[in-house]
Order: sequence, then structure tokens, then C-alpha cells
Amino acid sequence: MAEAVDLKAIGTRPVRPDGVEKVTGRANFGADLNLPGMLHGKILRSPHAHARIKSIDLSGALAVDGVLAAVSGKDIPGGGDLGDNVLANEKVLYHGHAVAAVAARSAFIAEQALDQIKVEYEVLNPVLSIDDAIADGATLVNESQHTNGDTSQPASNVAAVTKFERGDVEKGFADADVVVEGEYRVPTAHQGYIEPHACTATINEEGKATVWCCTQGQFDVRSMTANCLNKQVSDIRVIPSEIGGGFGGKTTIYLEPVAVKLSEISGRPVKMVMSREEVFRATGPTSATLCRAKVGAKSDGTITAATAWLAYEAGAYPGAPVGPGCMSVLAPYDLENFRIEGRDVLVNKPKVAAYRAPGAPQSMHAMECAIDDLARELDMDPLDLRLKNAADEGTVAPYGPQYPAIGLRACLEAAKVHPNYTTPPAEGQGRGVAVGFWFNIGMQSSAEIRIAENGAVTIMEGSPDIGGSRASMCLMAAETLGIPYENINAHVGDTEATGYCNTTGGSRTTFATGMAVIEACEDIIAQCKERAALTWELDVDQVDWEDGQAVPKPGVNADVKPLSLADIARSAGRTGGPLLGRASLNAQGPGASFSVNWTDVEVDHETGKVDVKAFTGVQDAGRAIHPSYVEGQMQGGAVQGLGWALNEEYIYDADGVMENAGFLDYRVPVTSDMPMIDTQIVEVPNPSHPYGVRGVGETPIVAPLAATSNAVRDALGFRINDLPLSPPRVLAAIDDNE
Amino acid sequence: MAKVHVSTTVNGQPMDVLVEPNDSLLDTLRDGLGLTGTKEGCATGDCGACSVMLDGRLVCSCLVLGAEAEGKTIDTIEGVADGDGLHVVQQKFLEHAALQCGICTPGFIVAAKALLERDPNPDETTIRYWLAGNLCRCTGYDKIVRAVQDAANELASPA
Repeated sequence: MAEAVDLKAIGTRPVRPDGVEKVTGRANFGADLNLPGMLHGKILRSPHAHARIKSIDLSGALAVDGVLAAVSGKDIPGGGDLGDNVLANEKVLYHGHAVAAVAARSAFIAEQALDQIKVEYEVLNPVLSIDDAIADGATLVNESQHTNGDTSQPASNVAAVTKFERGDVEKGFADADVVVEGEYRVPTAHQGYIEPHACTATINEEGKATVWCCTQGQFDVRSMTANCLNKQVSDIRVIPSEIGGGFGGKTTIYLEPVAVKLSEISGRPVKMVMSREEVFRATGPTSATLCRAKVGAKSDGTITAATAWLAYEAGAYPGAPVGPGCMSVLAPYDLENFRIEGRDVLVNKPKVAAYRAPGAPQSMHAMECAIDDLARELDMDPLDLRLKNAADEGTVAPYGPQYPAIGLRACLEAAKVHPNYTTPPAEGQGRGVAVGFWFNIGMQSSAEIRIAENGAVTIMEGSPDIGGSRASMCLMAAETLGIPYENINAHVGDTEATGYCNTTGGSRTTFATGMAVIEACEDIIAQCKERAALTWELDVDQVDWEDGQAVPKPGVNADVKPLSLADIARSAGRTGGPLLGRASLNAQGPGASFSVNWTDVEVDHETGKVDVKAFTGVQDAGRAIHPSYVEGQMQGGAVQGLGWALNEEYIYDADGVMENAGFLDYRVPVTSDMPMIDTQIVEVPNPSHPYGVRGVGETPIVAPLAATSNAVRDALGFRINDLPLSPPRVLAAIDDNE
Repeated sequence: MAKVHVSTTVNGQPMDVLVEPNDSLLDTLRDGLGLTGTKEGCATGDCGACSVMLDGRLVCSCLVLGAEAEGKTIDTIEGVADGDGLHVVQQKFLEHAALQCGICTPGFIVAAKALLERDPNPDETTIRYWLAGNLCRCTGYDKIVRAVQDAANELASPA
């Protein structure tokens, strides 16, 4: 990449282009659409965590005045596990699993009509923990599930086993002067987006459907909905609304095929909006985990061997993020000997969905707690121990590839001299350090640049803006075109209005879609140079683009005035037609992002409450396009991580019913729980991006779990291995320790 | 159920609306009056996304019945900006990047404006406790608190 110098737009902090709509209530989110003649759909959900469906009778619901359609699992013929999760077929696999749905004139009538649906169940034993699921003779969530598909072995709740290994682990531990190990549990957490899932669907007599919904990826909604309904992607248009948070949880579908089917039967548009309780019981969450970590080191801190054994709850269908959990657990370290083993474990709980750096917070919680114990055993500063073993450019990552330039060492060094670190924690407080990591992804993106006749620039792309990415797109376009940010607007198109983009996820949008925007701007510049050459009767290679204007190259003898984008746009009709730039790509080299976090806590020994007194995040952003939104990612991810560390957990009763399916009892952090979240952006440019961008969105949630756990360890003088460090757990541990 | 006729004042305008007896004020605003700037995040009074002013008092509109709006004065996010431009709280939310997805933003702005009308010079702790009824899952609250502090400063000494 070109080492970007003299950046004018990038690195500034302008107001986002969609800002006014969002502070005035005008922006339309998933539940805000209303269509003439629209019906309201509601879902009947399983009262059992595990049961065989013997029969479903919809006739009672259909007899209710105002009900126009009802569906059950057989109406969703495709989609495999996804379709079975949308509406159950032979078995219900968790409490809250969707069983049937109705559409009625009002949401109230629909809700009442659900009571008239008769479902006969044969209730089965639920499998509710990893320990139960992997025990000999365990009840099977899915009788035809064999580990890694090996049907020569008996069916198992372990859907897959993954292994990564290098060197000679036994010799490594034998060479160590100090060995530490531990077993750690992290509970199920929900993404907790404030906007419940919502969609509206309509389908016409030709079988063409239109779906409006809040999603991280309209193209994935299109393909998933098409699969569930055995339709072609070209039969479905998906129009993304503004999205009220997702964090990975809105990368899949729950309602859309049901709404389309109800619309098909009723001939009317159908709107479906989940309640918060439904969101908790039947969407998201991420995996609860049981992780074992073991690390050995020489007395100088050199790590000689490490092992990780990771078991992740997948929920009712295979697909826990244990792969990325394995791949991230030792990613910050340059190691000769390690062994990592992961298990994807079925339980009778909701099918897990992606949650910000899926899989990494749990496995890295285990390893970063063990590394902290190692630092204590070695009497080393925890940053020094990590510096001693840090991966760097050229290190072969534990998961395979050789790292290009990465910012881990730069983050650790920045942390060491940060005033929040050099100042010791206040009397009575504890401090804990941890490192975070996320791979980031590239993948496919498209962008178009349209120039209006006054020179105003419209970006059309397909990545739903979940946290200010329109501003980043406009900044990169302003930088590339050399024009003011204010002259540019960015739009997220629907599946018919814009080229294909992979889902907003994997921290890919500013990196990959940004790259498409930059290339589309370069396309515009090339066209503008041609138009200027035509106007000036010069060769195109005699024209330059400088500061947003076409100018003759130095030494070219031409008595002409520079032509601005507006000048060229105004006369575009005479020089070849409208200016339209485009680019599509499959972005490579997303560039891993590392972070270093530390938490300062105070523990109330009477109540067990852990108070976060200070938190600092240092993270490599490659290049911060809009620093406020990079900081925002760091702060928001940190607070999600702190919530998970301190309070958030799914609590189940013995029958597998979630007991805290609301924001009162599933307690996400509120304003008064938190201090200011200090951030320092480190910039080690990503060599694969024109401006050096790395994804930044996911890494921030990874380290706060272990950093906070380590801080509580520091404050108490002993370790509590499991999360959350909620008042009851901490108080019990204090009592046990006395 | 027979619908209830409600006469109320919303953002300074007298309005008449028919509501179901079991409709919440949130339903009435969103579905009856088309004011979808007020958001539903939980419908149980835990998230604050539906914050509105009812006779000058900050309430979760999901916990009030639509029929209770009879004869009352309601102010929603749609009424925060006047004809001359954005309210200073709105402007500061934009300048400080105090929103990411924006779903909680209307509730936060209504709540923050209510705070500053009651206490023009709140300290950080006061801001944090006043806003503790509004959940934001994106920002970690840092930039929201700073936006409210800056709005208070600007109201105290207009630029």
C-alpha cells in the first residue's frame, strides 16, 4: 500500500451523514414500516426444552375472527437446520423454539389466536449443560448427530472435534520451570441489541416477495429466506431498514420466511416483531463454555508449552464458534509447542448466533487468566510477560498463516508507558491485564459512486450501517476524490439497488466495502481525467487529478482552467454521459487487530459487588478513518465485555426454562455501572488496504473478560475461575476463602 | 372491545385518536399517530427506548396506557428540534458520536433534555444515574455522558 501521507479527510471527526435522521426520530428501523392492509404475525413457541411433536392442529386459530393465515413447520420446506429453527418439524429443541405462527388483523388478535393452536408433545429429557451432554449415556439432542459426521461411531452430542497442534507439548512442559493450569466457565450471554428482530413481507401473484427487515446483511437474508422456502434468490427482494444493533445476532434469520409464507396465504403484507422475551428465548445468544488452559514457562518468562481444551455449547444445532475459539486462544503468542482441542456440543438451548468476535472472548478468558497466574508465579509484570512471548510480523500464527505487520507489540509498549498503567491502582483496588485479538475478514463488496450535476457525490453500497460506517465511507471517498466530506452522502442499498455485499460482520465493512468505495472513486477519477482530456483536446495521460480537480500535468502546455468535479459533471452530457464509478472485489488481507486492556476494580466484601473504577483499552486500528467511531467500537465492546464478566448470564431452571428473559433480570451494564472508558488508538497500517485500515469492531469485547477476572483476582488475593463475577458468586467465594 | 376516544396534546398539537383499551401509550404514539421515533426495546419499562414526557414528567411510554393520555400533554422525540434547528442535546450527540446504531438515541435525548431542564449543571454521577434507565448496547455510555456534559456547558454559556 501507499503509506498515506498528508491525509486531509481521514482521521477527522465530522458528523455522520445519517446523523440528523437518527437524533430526530426520523430514521426508520425494523418495526417502523406500516403498509396498507398489513396483517400482524405472531409465533407460538415451545413450552418444553426438548419434546417430540406428535401433532399440530391450526384449525382453532384459523377459526378466530380476524385471523387470515396460520403455518407450521411443514410450510417451511427447506433450509436444513436453519429452516427447522425457524419453525420446528419433528422435535422442539429448546424452550421458546418456534412451532407455529398466525397472521391476524392486529397483533393482539394474533396473540390470542395462538392459544387456540393445539400441539401434542411427547416430552423428553432436556440436555442442559456441557457436562451432561458429553457424559456417557447422555440423552441425545439429535439422534442422528455423529461426531465429525463419522457414522461408524455411536451418535453423540459432540457435533465436532477440532485440533491444532505444533511441536512437542510434553517436552515443552518438561522444560518449563513453572506450569500453571485452570478450568474456567463462561456463561451464555446475549448480544442484547436494543432493537428486537422485526420484518415485514409481501408476496405477489407471480411469487415475487419483498422483505423489509433489520439485518446485518440483506443478501444473506435473501439467500437464507430463499433456501427455507425453496425459492430462487431472484424471487426475493430484501430492503434493509436502519438496524438497531446486531453484534452478530442479526446475521441470521428467524421471522422472514414465516412472514413471506403468511403473506402468501393471506394475500396481505405481514409484519412480525419479536418481544424482548422472544429475543432472549429464541435468538442469539452465544455459547456457554467450559475451557481448560495450561501454560508452562522458563523462569525468564519464555513460554515453553501451552494447551487448551475448549468445549462450547452450540445450542440445539451444530455450529458453536469453537473453531475461532481454538484459532484465537493462543494467537497473541509466538510458540513452539502447543495443543488446542475444541468441541462443538449440542444442548437443548437456543441455536447460538455470532456475537462480536465469536468464540474468542471465552477461550481467551481462560488463557489470559492462566497467563496472569503465570506472571504472578514468575513475579513478572503481566505486560512484560506478554512482550517476552508476543507474536510479531513473521510469526506463524497458531492457526496457520504467517502474520504480516501486526500491532500487538506496539499496543503492549503503548500500554507500558500509558499514565493509566504507570499510575498504580488506588488503595484497596485491584488491576488486571489481558490481551485481545480478532482475525477480521475481507470478503465480497461492491460500491457505486454517482455524481450529480452539481458535483455532489452519492455512494451506494450494500453494507448495513450498524455503527457509523456511512461516515467512514464518505471520509475515504473525500480523501480519494480530494473533495470536501460535506459534498458526499452514502446510502445502503437493497438487494435490487446495489451490488452484492457480504454481511456487515467480521469487522469487514470499513475495510472491504471501504476498499470498494476507494476503487469506485478511482474509477470516477479516471473518467474525469478522460472527460477533461476530451474538453481540453489533450491526451488523457497529460491530465492529473489534484485536490478534486482535473489539471494539466506539469509541463503540458495548455492554457486551461482546472475542471472541478462539478464542472465535469455539469457538462457530462457533452463528454460521454453521466459519471458513474463502480467497483466490486473480494477483499484479501483484512489484517488482524490486537488490543491490550486493563481494568481497575474495587470489591465490596459485604455484598460481593465488583465496581469497575477505571478501564483502559489500547488497540491497533491500522488507520482510524473516523477516530470517534473507532473509540466508540472500543468503548462499546469493552462495556459488553465488562457486562459479560460481571453480570450477564442465562439462568435456567431444571426443565431448561430461562428464568431471566428480560432486561430487568438479564442485567446489561447501565450508565451508572460504568466509568469513562479510556481509549488509545495505535496505528500499525494494514499493508493490504490503501489507507491501512484494519477492522476494529470485534477485538474490543475479547480482553475485558480476563482483564476484569484478573483485576478481581488482584483485589481479592485469590482467583474465581468462573464468570460472571456477580455479587452472589463473589460473595460466596469470599465466604469460602475465609 | 370498543375503542376509546382520546383527546390529547402531542408536541404542542391537539390530537384525537381511537385506542384499544389495552394499547400502551407507546402503541398509541407509534401505531395510532404514526410517531415512530419513539422506540420499543422491551415493553417492560427496562430499556428507556420509549421515553417521552407526560405532563412534563419523564416516563416510559410502554408503561402508560394510551387511554391515560386523555387531556394530557405529551412530548416526544419528534418535538425536540424546533423550527430553527436541532436542540443542543441533539447537536452534541452528533458532534460527540454519541450514537452508533441509533435505536436508543431518541429515548436518551428525551431523557437528557429532561435532566438539563431540571438540573442545568449536573455532575457526571448525576448524569449517569439519571440516564441509568436508558440502555445503550453500542457506545459503552462514555460519549453519551460527554455529549450531555457538553450540552450543559453550552446551555450555561451559549457560544
